[in-house]
This record gives sequence, C-alpha cells and structure tokens, in this order.
Amino acid sequence: MIAGPPILEVQNLSVALPISGRMVPVVTDLSLSIAPGEAVALVGESGCGKSMTARAIIGLPPPGAAVSGSIRLDGRELTTLAPRERRRVGGRGIGFIFQEPMTSLHPTLSIGQQMTDSLRYNLGLSARAARDRARELLARVGLPKERDLLNAYVHELSGGMRQRVMIAIAVSCDPKLIIADEPTTALDVTIQAQVLDLLIAMRAESGLAMLYISHDLEVVAEFCDRAIVMYAGDQMEAGTPVACLKTPHHPYTRGLVDAIPHAGETRARLSPIPGQVPALGFWPGGCRFQPRCPRQDQRCATRPDLAGVAHAEVRCWHPLVGDAS
Amino acid sequence: MLAPPGGRRIVTATLLEVAGLSKSFHLVHAVRDVSFAIGRGETFGIVGESGSGKSTTARLVLRLVEPTTGLIRFRGQDLATLSKGALRRERRHMQMIFQDPYGSLNGRMTIEQLITEPMEVHDIGDAAERRRRVGQLLGEVGLPEAARHRFPHEFSGGQRQRIAIARALATEPQLIVADEPVSALDVSVQAQVLNLLLDLQQRHGLALLFISHDLRVVEFLCDRIAVMYLGNIVEEGPKTTIYAAPRHPYTRALLDSAPGRARKGAALKGDIPSARNLPVGCVFRSRCPLAFDRCAHEAPKHRMVAPLHRVACHLAEE
Amino acid sequence: MLRFLGQRLLLMIPTVVVPLVLVFLLLRLAPGDPAAQILGDQATPEQVATLRAEMGLDLPLPVQFVLWTKNVVTLKLGTSFFFKQPVVDLLPQYALVTLQTALAALFLAVALGSLLGVIAAINRDTIIDRGLVGIAVLGISLPEFWLALLLIFLFAVTLKWFPVSGYIPPTDGLLASAATIALPALALGIRQSALITRMMRSSMLDVLGEPYIVTARAQGLPEAVVIGRYAVRTAAIPVVTVAGLSASYLLSGAVSIELIFSLPGLGKLLIDAVARRDYPVVEGAVLLIALTLAALNLVIDIIYALLDPRVRLG
Repeated sequence: MIAGPPILEVQNLSVALPISGRMVPVVTDLSLSIAPGEAVALVGESGCGKSMTARAIIGLPPPGAAVSGSIRLDGRELTTLAPRERRRVGGRGIGFIFQEPMTSLHPTLSIGQQMTDSLRYNLGLSARAARDRARELLARVGLPKERDLLNAYVHELSGGMRQRVMIAIAVSCDPKLIIADEPTTALDVTIQAQVLDLLIAMRAESGLAMLYISHDLEVVAEFCDRAIVMYAGDQMEAGTPVACLKTPHHPYTRGLVDAIPHAGETRARLSPIPGQVPALGFWPGGCRFQPRCPRQDQRCATRPDLAGVAHAEVRCWHPLVGDAS
Repeated sequence: MLAPPGGRRIVTATLLEVAGLSKSFHLVHAVRDVSFAIGRGETFGIVGESGSGKSTTARLVLRLVEPTTGLIRFRGQDLATLSKGALRRERRHMQMIFQDPYGSLNGRMTIEQLITEPMEVHDIGDAAERRRRVGQLLGEVGLPEAARHRFPHEFSGGQRQRIAIARALATEPQLIVADEPVSALDVSVQAQVLNLLLDLQQRHGLALLFISHDLRVVEFLCDRIAVMYLGNIVEEGPKTTIYAAPRHPYTRALLDSAPGRARKGAALKGDIPSARNLPVGCVFRSRCPLAFDRCAHEAPKHRMVAPLHRVACHLAEE
Repeated sequence: MLRFLGQRLLLMIPTVVVPLVLVFLLLRLAPGDPAAQILGDQATPEQVATLRAEMGLDLPLPVQFVLWTKNVVTLKLGTSFFFKQPVVDLLPQYALVTLQTALAALFLAVALGSLLGVIAAINRDTIIDRGLVGIAVLGISLPEFWLALLLIFLFAVTLKWFPVSGYIPPTDGLLASAATIALPALALGIRQSALITRMMRSSMLDVLGEPYIVTARAQGLPEAVVIGRYAVRTAAIPVVTVAGLSASYLLSGAVSIELIFSLPGLGKLLIDAVARRDYPVVEGAVLLIALTLAALNLVIDIIYALLDPRVRLG
C-alpha cells in the first residue's frame, strides 16, 4: 500500500430517487476515502444503497436522481464538472466492473469493437494500436490466445470469460481506481475464485485502488483492507473485514454475521435478524436499525454519529465492545 | 439402514431410492448414471456448479421430467411402473420448492387459493377443513392469518418463500425437494427460512432433498451430501467427512474456493466444459490438477472409502 | 452466414408460388368470360368459342395450370388481351413508376421516422418529445388519400410548387421526374414515417435503460457515440421489422395514390387489368409484386443478420 493523499474521497454523499412522485433517500450522508492501492469493501444487503453509491461516484445515477455531496478523484472535485468533462475524467480515471456481464456488454458489437472504442476515445490510439493493446489486455486477464476473442460476441463466451473481458475493459485506460459491483455474485464458485485471484493479482501488479461492493463479508475478507457495512442508506460500521466478522461492534453487523452459516458450524439454528429491511421511503427516523435492534432504547430516536470503537468506526449509541459473546 | 456418524437424525427406512438415473436432452447429457438414497426424515444435499445436473436431478426425482434411463423408487414403489392415476396419487407425498420466489407463485391467486390448490388436486378434506388448514399452515410458517386474502405481490421475497413452503406442506408430504430455495434471498432472510425448514422437518419428520451451490448453507442444513459435476456424482458421504476430509479433487477445489475458508491452493483452472462435448474418461480430468493417463481412457467407478462415503476417482484406490 | 442465406432463399419459393397459384385459380373460377369481354356485345357465339380455343380457355383446369406453370418459369408471360403487347414488355415501365414512388416513400419514412424517434427518446418527457409524439399520432391518423388531396390542394394548386398530376420519367429530366413523385411519395410516406417514429422512440427508450449503455457511458465514451453506435444499433432491430411491414404496405397503398395522382404505375395497371379480365397482365403483375415482396423480406432478413449476430446461428 502506497502512502499519500487518497485516490477517492467522498464526503457527505446523499442520493435520492424519485419514487411514486416523491424524492426518496437511498443513501444518506456517506463519507469514505480510499488510499492509493487500498481495497475497500461496501457490504450490505439489497436496498442498502451500496450500488447506488457506486453509480453516484461514477456520475451515472438513474435518471431523475438527486445527488449531493463531494466526490474527489485524485484531489479533483467531480461533482462540479460539466457532464462531458465528468464522463471523460471518469472514463479514464475509474474502471467499472458490473455484476452481470451478459447484460453489461453490448450484445451485438464484437468484444474487440467495445474494447477498442474505449481505447480510441480515451487514449486517442489509432485503430491498429487499439487492437494490439486490446489483445494485450485480454492476455493479461488470462484469456486464451488461441481463440480470436476480438471478433467474438458476448453470447459466445462463458460467464467467467465475460467477466474477464469486463475486467480488461475496466483496466484498459490504466485507471487508478476500480469500482467493482458484485463482480462475482453471478459466477460459479470455482470461477469466482479465479476472478478474485485475477483481481488480487492485477491490484498487486498495478497498485490499483479498489472499491468492492458485495453482500458477502466472507468473500471480501479474503482481500479487502477495509469494509464499510451499510444498512438502509447509512454507514453502520467500518473496520477490517476480519474484525467485522470476528468482533463486530455494531448490532447490525453482529446480526449479519450470526445469520450466516459458517464453516464448521456447530449451532443447531442460525440467528436471523428479526423483522425485515424497511422498504425505500419508509425508513425510520433516528437510527435506521432501531426497530430491529436488541439493544435499542429511547436514545436511538436520534441518529448516532460515527464514533471510534476499538479499531473500527461505528454509528451506534450502544456498540458492542469486547469479544462477541 | 442409514446411521450417519455425527448426523442429527437416525434414519430407519429408505424413502427414496434412485439408481442409474440418466437424462439426455438431444446431445446434452444433463444427468449420467446418478444413484443415491434418502431415508425418512433425512436431509440430503446435492451441491454443484452450473451444468452439474443438480436441478435436472431434482426434476427427475419428482418426474417433472422423464428420465432417459434409470430407476426411481419412492416409498417402495418403482414410479415408472405406476399408472397415471397412481403416480398422481403418489405426488401428494413429494412436493417442491423453487428458487425464484417471484415466479413460482401465481400472481393472480390469493394466498388462500394458492395453498388450497394442492389440497383440491389431491382431494384432501372438504372446503371447511381446507380453510382451517390454510390458517394452520400460515401459522406454522410464521405468517399472519390476514395474509390469506392477499396476493403474492404484496409480500417480500422471504415471505413468498414461506408461502411456497406452506403450499408444499399442504398435502402432508414425506419428501420435499428444494431447488436453491434461499439463493435469491438476503442473508438475514435466508437464515429465517433455513431455520423454518429445520423446524418443520423436525416437527413433521420430513425428508429434504436440498439442491444448492452454496456450500455454507448445505453444510449447515444437510446430513449427507452428494457433489455433482457435469451430470455425475463424483463424491457422496456424510457431511462431516465430506467437509473435513474430501477425497475427490473437485470436492477439494470446490471447498477451497468457497468463501469463508482460508484458501489453500491456487484456484481451479479453466472453464466448466460444455455438457455437449463431455471429455472421454473422467468428466473432471480436463481441469483436475491430479489427472494422469488412466483418467483419459477410463471413467472411474464409485469406491467406498469409508462407511457411507464413496468417491469416483482413480486415485481413491488405496 | 451462407447457410443462413441459403435457408432464406429456399423460403422465398413458397412466398412466391402460393400467391401465384391463388391468382390463377381465382381468375379462372371468377364469373365472366374474357373472350366475350374482349370481343364485345356484338360477337357471335362461334367467334367467342374460337377465341376461347385460341386462348386455351376450354382446356381442363389442371392442364391449363401445367401449361401455365411452364410458361411462367420460362418467363413466357403471354400477351395482354387489352394492350396486345407482350406482358414482359409492358410491366417494366409501369413497375418503374411504382418502384420510384414506393422507394422514395420508404426512404422518407425510415430516415425521417428514425431520426425523429431518436430525438424524441433522447429528450424524453420534454416539450420536444411530447411535440413529436403528438405529430406522430396525427400522422398515423391521417389516411393517405385524404393526405394526398390535402397536399395537392396546398402545394400544387395553391403554392404551385408541384404538378397536380401526371408523371415524367427520369429519362426526361431528373428534377422534373422528382417533382412528379414528390407529393405522392410524401402522401404515402408520412403515415409510415409516423409509425416508425413511435416504434423507434419506444425501442430507444427500452435500450437506453439497458446496463450496456451504462457501461458505455462509464467507459467515458462521448454521448454521440453512446447514442449513435451503442443504442441505435440494438434499437434499430425491431424498427427493421416495422420498416419491412411498411414497405409491404406501401406497395398496396400505392394503388390509391396512383389513382389520385394519375401515375401510370403497377397498381393502376393491375386494377384495370382485373376489371378487364386481362389474365396475362394480372398474373404478370402479381408475380412481379410477389417476387418483389419476397426479395424485400430477404433483404430485411439480411439486415437483421448484419445488425444482430445472434441471428446468424440459424
């Protein structure tokens, strides 16, 4: 990990979406920073706002969304840029890997066309130079040279291969930051391992910083330096993934960890979190987790600030301290 | 007689017996020579990745799909020899839960209608009794009485799975086949549904055939596990030995890649081959780190390596 | 790709043969006698009988059919009873007129319709969008012949920019020729253009919501490329179908337009020939139209395969 100013600095990011005629908050006041070469995970269940955070960072929220807050890439403020400039800066500075490569890559343009488009527009390469570089990139992500993949189409490739192509496109312009939105969720387990290994290797090679979005703490525990646990648009806990798993400080994190069957599980029953995630637009005031929290009291009617607990940051009035018991 | 060491239940009778089951769709060999048995009240898990044939196997067991060859013996009867009417009557004892909570419930029917339907099909009780039973089932799966007049779209994914479970229980089956029932659910909801399945199983003495790709869930829930790859069972045994000491290279790779376990080796190379062009010999040899020449010529047969634990691998001959 | 083409060519055969057989049967089985019609009221029964024998009309139907098929295949399409000229000489000059008009109308419909559809979609829910959709609805509601009369009144009679009727072939001057088919093409094409606008707009809106568009934007590609290359390419696919249907419709719509503008086209020729029981002309014209439509469908299929590689797998 290289020391230095953060590659990505997000402050007080809030996103609201128009749903049924009113603006509904989906991300509230989120702040995070990623140092060069660091891998940070955004972890949470569906509806927690993790994907929306990623979309807001690259400047592509859904139509009609309201985004506020500051987003700095390598010191440069993105939110005040004109859309065209923002697109350009984002295209070269941030590589994005989507969850489902089958639908995230163009179905009727060849792989080569999609890869070279980015290289030609962002780096100004000639058509021939772009194709050469595309071939290099495909080799770098471990795709076999025997097949002429540049002329192949998305539907001709397997899931693992498609995801590798996605990764190749993401790193094609030598970005400093990669944002990966659940890149392995749709893949088989053994292929998932391959793709994760690839991401780790590429990170080591080029010192890339990574924002990795997942619903699975155990997956990110393998390689992320820090994890931010989100619930209902809010950041609940931030710390190392291993610490989150072994000594969670926020009751929600604890609830998540207890709900997963672990390797060598000895419990006869899992411990689910009672209740359900509140629907968008129906979030409680104060601490969002309050209705489901076993440790809640009247104090929780006010939203807690982020406070340091041990080596983590926790947004809770009654954090769990010490060993998880 | 099946008494798995370290298992939760002692099983006394075989409920389902599958032997030599195969299914080919034209050139695609989805399932090849699959054999296993499930005892009453037992949870049997089948794990595998895409193309392993696990979902097809589930459908074959319920005879939603006709096998190309093979024997399925349920409650002592060979299902292939039954008349249409007799087969229909047997179906009340085996029910299914699917992966997609949004697609598996008819959006135009109320919850009451959905749960009553199987009872009507199998002529169970009269109208009043069925209504009463709906209330009872809703209570068992943890849904309020008021739910019966609502429609599926008013419920969340986890709640819909509960409705699907209630519907599956309506005919008092002895076997429930669950094809990835929790894969589409969030972690905390998943835990609720898994606990529910365990409770119901204990209360009703149900056998459960649980299909999944998630090794953590299977380890938690199942007594015995079969690992499938490209249509074949490559290893089968009690949960504890499979997870603690897997004998097949594929099982080892699978466990190694699973999240939550420290990775021991490099990831398995290559893609899962297409089921259309299966490698000759052992199906796994194209990706197996331990493959040698015999693997290319001869498909390995199952060998017992421990009580109730069998492996299809040439290297297991020790 | 070659296999795909081969399949499509084979499929062309029934598309052509079936209408032809139907026409043969319908004409022969319809009441009225061509020989009597040609000779007029004054003809004696013997004269009619002689002419009938000459025309081969008193042979049994199956025999007539076999002879007829033989002739069709060798392009001996016969001689018009009315014009007394070989059909193969007669058809091309009329066909050319219809082709000119229909092609111009099709081009207008596709080019204008697609462009407006894309503009509407990019400016979704703005005044531009609502305006364009409104115009499109209007365009769809106007019948061609009414529109034709309106255009004649406005542009030909009042403004005198175009001739009211009549036709000048391109050989006699390109500009003059274009002037004679401008209003007919407009009348034919506007309605189809409106349909294509609607179709392209809705298709673009679907495509713009797809994940691969987000990827393209995330890659930093200029918006013009995202729309023009990534979005339009997939959005065009359903529009191609509509364009194909439009083209077929245009061929039949050409008839009423030709009548209003007095264009000597295939439509007019066909209607007159049917009324006169001029069998050879009717058959020849139908054969030509059927072949054209079959060829058109083949072209549409090829365009599909070019736009969407998934289709080529057969």
